[in-house]
Amino acid sequence: MKEIRWHGRGGQGAKTASQLLADINLQEGKFVQSFPEYGPERSGAPIRAYNRVSGEKIRVHSGVDEPEVVAVVDPTLLQAANPTEGLSEDGVLLVNTPKSPDEVKEETGFTGEILTIDATQIAEEAGSGYANIPMLGALVSVLGTDYEVAEAEVDKALSKKLPEEIVEMNLQAFKVGYETLS
Amino acid sequence: MSNGNKEVLTGHQVVANAMRQVEPDVVAAYPITPQSEIVEYFSQYVADGKVDSEVITVESEHSAMSACVGSAAAGARTMTATASQGLALMMEIVYIAASMRTPIVMAVANRALSGPINIHCDHSDSMAARDSGVIQLYGEDAQEAYEFTLMAQRLAESEDVLLPVMVTLDGFTLTHTAQVAELLPDRAVSDFVGEYDARYPLLDVENPTTQGPFDMPDYYFEHKLQQVDAMDNVPDRFLQVQEEFNDLSGGSYDGLFETYKMDDADYAVIILGSTAGTAKVVVDELREEGKKVGLLKPWLFRPFPAEEIKDVLLDKEAVAVLDRSLSFGSSGPLYLEVSSALSGEDTKPRLYNYTYGLGGRDIKEDQIAEVFEDLENPDLEDKMRYIGARQ
Repeated sequence: MKEIRWHGRGGQGAKTASQLLADINLQEGKFVQSFPEYGPERSGAPIRAYNRVSGEKIRVHSGVDEPEVVAVVDPTLLQAANPTEGLSEDGVLLVNTPKSPDEVKEETGFTGEILTIDATQIAEEAGSGYANIPMLGALVSVLGTDYEVAEAEVDKALSKKLPEEIVEMNLQAFKVGYETLS
Repeated sequence: MSNGNKEVLTGHQVVANAMRQVEPDVVAAYPITPQSEIVEYFSQYVADGKVDSEVITVESEHSAMSACVGSAAAGARTMTATASQGLALMMEIVYIAASMRTPIVMAVANRALSGPINIHCDHSDSMAARDSGVIQLYGEDAQEAYEFTLMAQRLAESEDVLLPVMVTLDGFTLTHTAQVAELLPDRAVSDFVGEYDARYPLLDVENPTTQGPFDMPDYYFEHKLQQVDAMDNVPDRFLQVQEEFNDLSGGSYDGLFETYKMDDADYAVIILGSTAGTAKVVVDELREEGKKVGLLKPWLFRPFPAEEIKDVLLDKEAVAVLDRSLSFGSSGPLYLEVSSALSGEDTKPRLYNYTYGLGGRDIKEDQIAEVFEDLENPDLEDKMRYIGARQ
């Protein structure tokens, strides 16, 4: 079983990305959980969301304390939210930032694998404006998920809520996110 | 979103889907906090024309249950959902719903009662309703909550039962967690629940009945005993409904509670709801170390299957009952039931009570493993223990 933690700010779509990841993992034939951490939520406040992915039915219902992968959607949370908490040195820290992994290493003191991607810039260039989707692309790439499977699921889920034009922008951002880290 | 019939859905969504598939005549509910998203999703299905039900939004939970009683007395198939303070406010009418023998099915997202104000999971809300006369079912995951909601309909409407059924699922842990669930086809569910034919509908003017009247000392007692009889009929009916449900779903429900690796277990824990899932993982881990441990998870808490549980527990060395609510000045509600079930037996396991998870306090695998470790100590002092609480 793999455990993943997302850090974002309220309104940035970290919870949505977590749920999309669960949908994608289901398509791979996996069992999943996706849940946000609930506190006094408001726009802009730091939030956490979690995924569990397993080849077998997931029965554990406690919180995730020691994730293998941490995805930081908002770069300011490197300081504000202690994203390496519980992350082992064998784990992966994936950060949305224009900085290099070495700079993030210096900033966080994390000595495990660090991957950086400027998801905010990617989203801006694609026109979608939300960094959660390119971050999701990067994360599924890191997890080794098949691109076609993931893209089809993102397309399907976003198409339920968004107009076609916006979906296309997000899919472009998703693709760049995926390719940047593959 | 789907893989075969499997989907990623929250506990809210699966229960709302169960309600959509049951297609009740009426859902009366209070539409804002402390309501769960169950009613929100269901209202969306109604607005989208996916289900033909009357949704009555009212100004309080007290009114919600009152509207449900009126609707059910009139002969309409009636459902609702609530949580926490909402159930507390409903409580006066929950007793009346049970005494008027209205087969209302209600989902309860288990959340702590105030104060202090808290929105997270524990069982204090539904435990406060344990003496109200409703049947109570506790689900471990979204799938069970879905299936119990469907079975509850049949159970509630059984001719020799006719009682409200409360289907509980742990707040946030199940209600807000997206997880893999498998829904039955709509048609299969409508065949399973069938048409509801109320026995004494108030609106049947050809056959007038009196419902909910004043009851003097000369009959009140006997009417309460009729509720006792109805409750006594529940276990057999529940087993029967399970059997029919298994035929439909390919499921394997076969009891009033689930036992997990209990046959040869020396040490056991008893847990309601989602934490039983976490405990199964612990049981598996300890079994690999050669420890003979097991889990008992009551599905049915009201009526409490005392005899059946006693039979499973009698040959154990030691048993821990984990309660997720307090009864101040006494032991936990689940512990009291188990203790009572074992009373009068000469040879019985050592029995201990733990309280965990109040107000959403997380409980970890290693904390449950510690409980099993405690049980191995034959000199363990008999006192309440509070898992993970600062003391």
